[in-house]
Amino acid sequence: MTRKILIVDDSKLARMAVIKALDSLHPDWSRVEAGDAVTAMDLVQKEAPDVALVDFNMPGKNGLLLAAEVRQANPQIHVAVISANHQVEVINRAHAAGAAFLRKPLTSEALDAFLSVLNPQSVP
Amino acid sequence: MAAQPSVTLGELELDALTELVNLGVSSAALSLREMVQEEVLLSVPSVSVVTRAEAIANLEQRNTSRLVGVHQTFEGDIRGRALLIFPEAQSLELVRAVVGGDLSLEDLMELEQEALAETGNVLLNGCLGTIANNLGRSLRISLPEVIHGNGSEFINLTPPPRADSCVLFIYINFAVRRRDIQGYLAMLLDLPSLIALKELLAEFIERATATTVVSPPHAD
Repeated sequence: MTRKILIVDDSKLARMAVIKALDSLHPDWSRVEAGDAVTAMDLVQKEAPDVALVDFNMPGKNGLLLAAEVRQANPQIHVAVISANHQVEVINRAHAAGAAFLRKPLTSEALDAFLSVLNPQSVP
Repeated sequence: MAAQPSVTLGELELDALTELVNLGVSSAALSLREMVQEEVLLSVPSVSVVTRAEAIANLEQRNTSRLVGVHQTFEGDIRGRALLIFPEAQSLELVRAVVGGDLSLEDLMELEQEALAETGNVLLNGCLGTIANNLGRSLRISLPEVIHGNGSEFINLTPPPRADSCVLFIYINFAVRRRDIQGYLAMLLDLPSLIALKELLAEFIERATATTVVSPPHAD
């Protein structure tokens, strides 16, 4: 089943890396990108994505706060916070916000595991 | 008139470098978290190529008091200096957080140099090692040295820089909230290393965007 995914990272390179991983797993999925939390929330309203992958360490509003806002705006959206900062407190706060936690550098295996929860039939 | 940096990094190169620093500092923060048993808060890294004078102004703008730093030099395809810096007044608090227990002031002062050097060693090696691994290169890292002084003295550590050289100035703030510890990591590279770094970043960008799995080769 085709899904729509929102990728939020202030780094263009990081967004490109996520898209490459996604292309190898679900090339048919549509994707929208945001470089900051304000744009991301705008896209949540306008594009109604099924999934949001959110960088933690961003200028302005961080990814944990954004993840909580996304979930509050639409609890149906599956959210993962992505960060190289994998201190237990950060992981716990991601989970408390209703989001999964994925480590940077993101591997396609880790992304696949997260996405398979949402679309189990399509994943071998 | 102030000299202009003679090497510039493009948007993707700066992005890549910021990501590398983020990976490196996050790894270092995890180590510090284990040492102090508390979350280490990190700011968004700031990466810029500036003149040496601007780097000094950056440091001095952030700190009016005396500083203590742990510095290590690194050599390989790129060479430079990494510094862990915080206000001198917080030095003993950091030692207390790392060593733990109820040590007397005399004991803390006795341990200060050794504890600072070891803390700096763990943080800077964690950071530099992660960056080197992601660049697919090996770096030789010197032993840590504890220094006291101001921004100008830190930027102008020997060997003396060429007057016209620019530096890569990387700034990331870290804090241990309940301990009132706040400091930052800075990294300085000179002109030839910046040129070499541009090539390494191009390879890193290629790997990060042209492959589906971002798996860095391991350096020694």
